[in-house]
Amino acid sequence: MKCDMVVVGAGPAGSMAAKTAADEGLDVVLLEKRQEIGDPVRCAEGVSKAALAKMVEPDPSWIAAEVKGARIYAPDGTSFVMTEDRAGSEVGYVLERKVFDRMLAMKAAEAGAKVMVKTRALGLLEENGVPTGITALHIGEKMEIEAPLIIGADGVESKVGRWAGIDTVLKPQDIEVGAQFLVQDVKIDGEYCEFFLGNEIAPGGYIWAFPKGKNLANLGIGIQGSRSDPGMALRLLQRFLKEHMPQAKILEMMAGGVPVSGPIESTTSDGVMLVGDAARQSDPITGGGIINAMRTGVMAGEVAAELVPQGDLSREALKIYEDRWRDTIGKRIGRNYSVKELFVTLTDSDLNGLVHSLGGEDVANLELKNLLKLLAKQNPRLLWKLRHLIR
Amino acid sequence: MLVINRYKCGYCGACVGVCPATALELVETWLEVDDSCVGCGICTKICPLGALELTEEVEA
Ligand SMILES: Cc1cc2nc3c(=O)[nH]c(=O)nc-3n(C[C@H](O)[C@H](O)[C@H](O)COP(=O)(O)OP(=O)(O)OC[C@H]3O[C@@H](n4cnc5c(N)ncnc54)[C@H](O)[C@@H]3O)c2cc1C
Repeated sequence: MKCDMVVVGAGPAGSMAAKTAADEGLDVVLLEKRQEIGDPVRCAEGVSKAALAKMVEPDPSWIAAEVKGARIYAPDGTSFVMTEDRAGSEVGYVLERKVFDRMLAMKAAEAGAKVMVKTRALGLLEENGVPTGITALHIGEKMEIEAPLIIGADGVESKVGRWAGIDTVLKPQDIEVGAQFLVQDVKIDGEYCEFFLGNEIAPGGYIWAFPKGKNLANLGIGIQGSRSDPGMALRLLQRFLKEHMPQAKILEMMAGGVPVSGPIESTTSDGVMLVGDAARQSDPITGGGIINAMRTGVMAGEVAAELVPQGDLSREALKIYEDRWRDTIGKRIGRNYSVKELFVTLTDSDLNGLVHSLGGEDVANLELKNLLKLLAKQNPRLLWKLRHLIR
Repeated sequence: MLVINRYKCGYCGACVGVCPATALELVETWLEVDDSCVGCGICTKICPLGALELTEEVEA
């Protein structure tokens, strides 16, 4: 099989890349190793309304709930609220990703991309050291797909980058590992996405409860890989559930890992671009990656449409993609990486102090920068570490 | 040797992302380990469900 561009992985990043390039007239093949796109879900499913609406028309079939904002709890239980427009790119809608991911793949198909499920990329085809396509296993049968351009949209477990010589290995401190239950409980706050902070609760991470409709929520935990031990995420989540919602019923469970490494050194090589989690473009503070994956998917699709017809897909030529995402998303995740590095050093009493001092603030107007200033004011010892972030 | 408890594994692929030897591969619900595994144990530590374990004995 031959095409202009082969996309490995039909998550939000891959489907958006395939759709964008196919819309521009490229002959695109989109591969997904699973037999069902989007399932099993590895996500808390929160996204910002505004950011999402820029890319797809919101549709009730894949929106499980709409929230007013985020409520954030300090270890001692004190809380504050951030309204939806301030709470960043993970708060607004809670999606039904099984439906959402398939809808995005459908949009790629409608644009003309060939979608192949149960088709796992196995490695690169190469000529004189330059990738010329991929080998894959399609329903158990080996096949080759020749394409001058390969998009690695293969998520947290990405191999495409590694095959192309790009170092995407995540260090334990640069991955948040988690578990999640879909729980049913009368105590669920349907109005806000809730975040619970604390070193005892979730070392280097947080517990979340994202509503998914009446009395339903994704209750999950993410902890920093370097502070994890075998099975810790599940254990801490079970403990939290027992203490906070002893009556809750568990309807579903899942596990997952999300990159929090900040921008990696390279996301391109000759004939290869990485997008989304494969490129480690998720947000280091929240672990949110749906919006960034979609946006970088679009960017890669646009760059593909510009470059494939011209024929130069060398790493130098693909620098346009590298520049585009680094100038936008890259800046943000770079800064947020520094903030994460600081946040994981905060003690529970730092976190309590921070949330207490927000009591008098109009948090609706609180920008991250001001939050950090407040933190520095309270904790002069942190000022030095924070100086780059609050200037 | 890396032992996978498939009754615990949640097939999330986090281990694949941290493996420095590219020894792990997730195929739907089936986690594979090949002989490039160096036994570093990073995957066992980060596994959210505790499905991975390093044992002393080598494969017969
Ligand atoms: C517990 C948890 C909670 C999260 N909560 C949120 C949240 O609330 N909000 C948010 O924005 N983000 C959240 N995220 C992050 C979000 O899920 C990811 O950032 C997002 O899914 C990235 O999209 P992607 O398209 O890059 O990768 P993915 O969605 O992971 O898609 C990659 C696809 O590639 C396929 N694939 C892999 N290898 C191959 C291969 N060799 N051949 C063919 N196909 C392959 C996979 O099967 C998969 O379908 C969370 C993550 C976790 C783990």
